[in-house]
Amino acid sequence: MGSYVPSTQSQRQEMLKALDINSYDELYCDVPESVKLKDLLDLPKGKSELEVVRDMTAIAEKNVLFRTILRGAGAYDHYIPAIVKSIPQKEEFLTAYTPYQAEMSQGILQSIFEYQTMIAELTGMDIANASVYDGASAAAEALAMCRDRKRSVSLISLSSHPDAVKTMETYCFASNNQLKTISCKGGRTDISILESLLTDDVSAVYVQQPNFFGIFEDIDAIAQCVHKAGAMLIVGCNPIALAIMKTPSQCGADIVVGEGQPLGMPIAFGGPYLGFMATTAKNMRKLPGRIVGQTVDHDGNTAYVLTLQAREQHIRREKASSNICSNQALCALTAAVYMSTMGADGMKQAAEQSMSKAHYLQRELCKLPNVELRYEQPYFDEFLLDMPKIDQILSSLERKGILGGLPFDDGVLWCVTEKVGKDMLDLVVATCKEVLQA
Amino acid sequence: MKLIFEHSVDGRQCSILPTCDVELTPMPDIMKRTVPPRLPELSEIDVTRHYTALCKRAHGVNCGFYPLGSCTMKYNPRVDEEIAALPQFTGIHPLAPLYSVKGCLEVLELSKKYLCSITGMDDMTLQPAAGAHGEFTGLLLIKSYHVARGDFKRTKIIVPDSAHGTNPASAAMCGFSIVSVPSNDEGCVDLDALKSVLDYEVAGLMLTNPNTVGIFDKNILEITDLVHQFGGLVYYDGANLNAIMGVVRPGDMGFDVIHINLHKTFSTPHGGGGPGSGPVGCKEFLKGFLPSCAISNASTSLQVKSFYGNFLVIIKALSYIMTLGAQGVREASQNAVLNANYLMHCLKGTFTPAYNRTCMHEFVLGLDSFKEQTGVTALDVAKSLIDEGMHPPTMYFPLIVHEALMFEPTETESKETLDEAAEILKTLYRRAFDDAESMKTAPHCAAISRPDEVLAARQPVLKYDF
Repeated sequence: MGSYVPSTQSQRQEMLKALDINSYDELYCDVPESVKLKDLLDLPKGKSELEVVRDMTAIAEKNVLFRTILRGAGAYDHYIPAIVKSIPQKEEFLTAYTPYQAEMSQGILQSIFEYQTMIAELTGMDIANASVYDGASAAAEALAMCRDRKRSVSLISLSSHPDAVKTMETYCFASNNQLKTISCKGGRTDISILESLLTDDVSAVYVQQPNFFGIFEDIDAIAQCVHKAGAMLIVGCNPIALAIMKTPSQCGADIVVGEGQPLGMPIAFGGPYLGFMATTAKNMRKLPGRIVGQTVDHDGNTAYVLTLQAREQHIRREKASSNICSNQALCALTAAVYMSTMGADGMKQAAEQSMSKAHYLQRELCKLPNVELRYEQPYFDEFLLDMPKIDQILSSLERKGILGGLPFDDGVLWCVTEKVGKDMLDLVVATCKEVLQA
Repeated sequence: MKLIFEHSVDGRQCSILPTCDVELTPMPDIMKRTVPPRLPELSEIDVTRHYTALCKRAHGVNCGFYPLGSCTMKYNPRVDEEIAALPQFTGIHPLAPLYSVKGCLEVLELSKKYLCSITGMDDMTLQPAAGAHGEFTGLLLIKSYHVARGDFKRTKIIVPDSAHGTNPASAAMCGFSIVSVPSNDEGCVDLDALKSVLDYEVAGLMLTNPNTVGIFDKNILEITDLVHQFGGLVYYDGANLNAIMGVVRPGDMGFDVIHINLHKTFSTPHGGGGPGSGPVGCKEFLKGFLPSCAISNASTSLQVKSFYGNFLVIIKALSYIMTLGAQGVREASQNAVLNANYLMHCLKGTFTPAYNRTCMHEFVLGLDSFKEQTGVTALDVAKSLIDEGMHPPTMYFPLIVHEALMFEPTETESKETLDEAAEILKTLYRRAFDDAESMKTAPHCAAISRPDEVLAARQPVLKYDF
């Protein structure tokens, strides 16, 4: 049996003796006898470290690891520089908790302050928080920021990720607030339907950019309608696209959120990922979660602290802006290391290459018979194709170690990142061609 | 110390990506970013030295004693990190075909099975990303249950006044109004007070047992029974589960819904404030309300985040449970309780426990009279501990104890560490009578002296001024 209890058996006896008791059982004197467990829990016997490594590796090997991934839909296989994997593994970062004691946690606090700055830069917004759970929950938290007594209805575009849509629906069901969906036209948010839904009780509108189909929304036009109706605009962004895409701030967004996973986190069967949130200075005190601020210490030196805590659950309890306590700090650190390593230029390259390679693959696939782009719209690195023999195509690719696009709505949603070389894309095209001609 | 932006040199960069091997597709002009983000321009050695310097100004469990009450800062086994970093886990797409993710599904199924066994629950979701997220999810199960029965008048959640702030905050996010019940002299639920607030509008009661003062509420069966009599459900806040594993199970005490903090009880690292994982377990009759993932299961009714949860965190917890096994899990809890009682015992004659009785995995000191005698506050003691290389305990919580310091040593601290911590605390106790001033200005040897928090909140500076 494995154990991480360092005190030896004789030390444990010494401690029990010091307490003037004979057994552990006496420590549990308040537990009613009728519910005290008589037997051991129904769990396997403990194992040594080596055995656990063997067993867990055997489980891991039941997965099929594809060497090339052309599937996105909320989880993006970008290249992760080696340094981005190693720095967050430093034990001082890994094994610390929320920096409640500023004097002992300046390193963690400063890293969050730097992360906040980078997210503000990337989104073009005034301020950012220290992170929330993921892109979907960030979107749901953003809706809550915008509500007041007069305005409580949220509108969300159905061109958003289905998980984000369902998560926002769940949060609105929880708080007894109404949520309405805006349908799409040609793969984009239908602005005429949006306009018809913008009544004077609408607090916020959520749109994803690029949207679930990879397509760029006309955020400027959407912002105009939303603001004319007195509501706030929340834009959910892909952070890699932000390196080359007009910032939501420039388009007039009030809150920018997003899934930060592409910033150096592995796809890892869905988590842990990173929810980022940024907003205008005006909304500062409505922002949920931890926020780090700069101040001075008693001797006048620069110092960093958790601040604006009057918003938070441990102070405000049921009146808090959110219940969030633990967030995704280590993922935020990872994102900051990623952005520092790549720099603006490296991120621009990752974005441009993803976009260019996606367009190359789409152009080549569309040369095949009966393969068509479903929506003729400008897109980033994802696109929805209508194509025959979807199952056979995907299986053929999988046999070659390639995970093809996601079957969705009778088509295939493809995604290409900078990680995939041209020769691999040519192999994909050749494989599709083979299947289609067979 | 410089900010990372202050190390930036124009034109410096890391060499990461090859040149693009396909024709460049430019962003349409109307969509183009006009001003690049001001990210630092650095070489790899700049990056690694900067973060290494930040590390030196941080304190983790691996640096020293970290008895932060309610947070279960136990040792995080290195092997669990290694297992979670296997490419066959990190490289799996969440929407890959089922046949290719059998290992991931086995991790999820085994984790659910073991966690259900430890807590006495019938089913579980691993989707919630943290404890508070689990509370939100668990309360949604309670809400969905009442709504599905057409019982729309259940609008209240009862929360003890000793509860974590997340409890009332989560209940409020679920649209409930909060009814606070006072604690009795032992820090436990006052049964008469509970009876007086119970009615048919109560959706449920949220409770942590052992509670936030580290005491196991011996009336627990009566409490859960009372709530059930009025048709309410009982929610177990698993924050303090580390005290009772293998000894007693929430499911056997009458709890209907529970959340677990894998980053506390199951030893996954706290990461400076996450990622955690907050699985929610429930009894059979609530199974149908458990959340799932819309993109892989369109019929799902509830969903609290993307995909299936913080998967890599779940792997670490599973490896930990497999290492400990049935006996080791119980051994962990028993020694967590032994360590807390032993440390409390060692402090006898100096600081006074708020409740002078056997505790569970943590205990609370009340420094009220100490402060009157010396002028030294719980905050001053906490700050003085920093100079001794020890992370302070949780301060000023729970709210029902004045000048509270809450210690949770965990089972992974040795007797020597506890003895040493006790000596440090006793020294500080004596110092307060001789040299209170030095404690009021502590810490003296940390990266900074006490920060001006009022200034930070009044004139917020939340990002670097380029």
